[in-house]
Amino acid sequence: MSAVTPSVRQPRRPQIRASRVAIYAILVVFAAFYLMPVYVLVVTGLKSFTEISLDRMWNLPTSIGFDSFRDAWLGNENTSINGLAGNFYNSIILTVPATLISAMLGSMNGYVLAKWKFRGANIIFPAILFGMFIPYQSVLIPLVQTMQSVHLYGSLLGLMFVHIIYGIPITTLIFRNYYASVPTELVEAARIDGASILGVYRHILFPISLPGFIVVMIWQFTAIWNEFLFAVVLVNNPESQPITVALNNLAGSFSVQWNIQMAGALLAAVPTLLVYIFLGRYFIRGLLAGSVKG
Amino acid sequence: MNHARPDSAISVARPYTAPRRRVITRDRVISIALITPSVLAIAIFVYVFIGRTAYISLVNWNDFAPDFTWVGLDNYTRLFQTERFQIDLRNTLEFTVVFVAACLFIGLLLAVLLDQKLKGEAIFRNIFMFPLAISFIVTGVAWRWLLTPSSGVNLLFDAVGLGFLKSGWFTDPKVGILAVDIAAVWQMSGYVMAMYLAGLRGIPEELREAARVDGATEWQVFRRVMLPMLQPITLSAVIILGHISLKIFDLTKSMTGPGPGFSSDVPALFMYDTTFSGSHFSQGAAIATVLLLLVSVLIIPYLIYNFRNEVQQ
Repeated sequence: MSAVTPSVRQPRRPQIRASRVAIYAILVVFAAFYLMPVYVLVVTGLKSFTEISLDRMWNLPTSIGFDSFRDAWLGNENTSINGLAGNFYNSIILTVPATLISAMLGSMNGYVLAKWKFRGANIIFPAILFGMFIPYQSVLIPLVQTMQSVHLYGSLLGLMFVHIIYGIPITTLIFRNYYASVPTELVEAARIDGASILGVYRHILFPISLPGFIVVMIWQFTAIWNEFLFAVVLVNNPESQPITVALNNLAGSFSVQWNIQMAGALLAAVPTLLVYIFLGRYFIRGLLAGSVKG
Repeated sequence: MNHARPDSAISVARPYTAPRRRVITRDRVISIALITPSVLAIAIFVYVFIGRTAYISLVNWNDFAPDFTWVGLDNYTRLFQTERFQIDLRNTLEFTVVFVAACLFIGLLLAVLLDQKLKGEAIFRNIFMFPLAISFIVTGVAWRWLLTPSSGVNLLFDAVGLGFLKSGWFTDPKVGILAVDIAAVWQMSGYVMAMYLAGLRGIPEELREAARVDGATEWQVFRRVMLPMLQPITLSAVIILGHISLKIFDLTKSMTGPGPGFSSDVPALFMYDTTFSGSHFSQGAAIATVLLLLVSVLIIPYLIYNFRNEVQQ
């Protein structure tokens, strides 16, 4: 990243070494803070039911048991706990197609806005962007009414549709900025060679769009998987609810022990955590794109 | 697919953004057609719906059966007289100030520390940022148990002899929403760190070196060179965090609910309850409109500022 600089540095002074230790000490303390919930979630999830106790929350399990995970995932008829497995599946069915369609739409919009500027684009683009900042409460009541009138209320399909629409601003933004960095000369050259608007897209921009698609798809996957408000308002039937809503119900029920709630929380977090672990670089790029210009 | 068209060749000679008045090419039509579905969708699902919500907030639909009798601003005056809403506004302000300040401080601190060319920098960076990948609901569930008075963090304080720091957290009305702040900062401070880190990496090393050569101490380099250059990032961070904070819903819903005496209640939660549990649609619409106005005050100048800058570039 940085230019190659000749490393003729003076030998390090002890003062600097001391400050290094201090830096590491601060970082370790913060790391402990960030990892604290993970530790508790994992340790609790691995304890057998007999070992679960609120005043021994931090103790390591004496033996490994997966009781909490089993109950959180499959449910337990004796204690009438609804497992999260079905809702996990719902979330996949919801998130994957919504992510793909969002990315396609964003790519098309971004292409047009970056390379085919038309009059009014300077108003339309910010007007689209505004949609990603609004509190969704301000569209919720008409949204429910509309979804009811087109018979999409209560279904995953309807929720998917809603996520695609409200995903337009962010996906358009990321792709538009991505395509804006492609030299316009490239596009013009292709046009001189006779390529049409779709031809330019197919032969010039789409082939170099992979990083853009990865960023957008990770962003949308994470956002839709984690989303709660639309899901809880638009899907009333527990069988069809995505995992965030089911987890909130599980956690809100007094009859469900806390260890099962913890295990459920961990299960709900696994897919997006995996994405973060394996594709973190792109995740962060999307995050920075989300702050408009960064 | 398409043959070379004379008009598209000519257009190369002009700046490509020049408005073409008379020549409507096929490409132009296609480009409009590509973007129209999205523009229409946003026009309806954002702008028409906002208008509809604003309208509902001005009628008397406060029961299950729709009632579109015009009542003007009655819903708003009643809302601002409602104790729950007054508490909510105070909570939101308190929550936002603490949330933004803590995220900025921690984010900047961690970014500066990680920018010191450390070994293991990537590991720390990933640890500080993973909470961003998980749902507020997951965060809420985890922190609810970590901040349960008889367990979690309080046990740790006891164990290390800091028992005086123990607290009832969200069960204590005096703490209330501040307990939610802990979880929110845990989740979002990594975002600010990432923004600052990207900013720091963008400051040329020569600039710092030049200041050092001029005899500036490390603190002066930071204070006089780095901090001013990070100012646009601070602005972005405040806007992003501020609008998240005003809208906060999932976290309070899953972590505490309204809390004792509404001590951890927020407008978004009130809106949800009154609309979808209480069927007070007009009141819910009024809360939503207030929320939208609050967010707009932050976001609209920010968008304008961003686009002005871009046009100038």
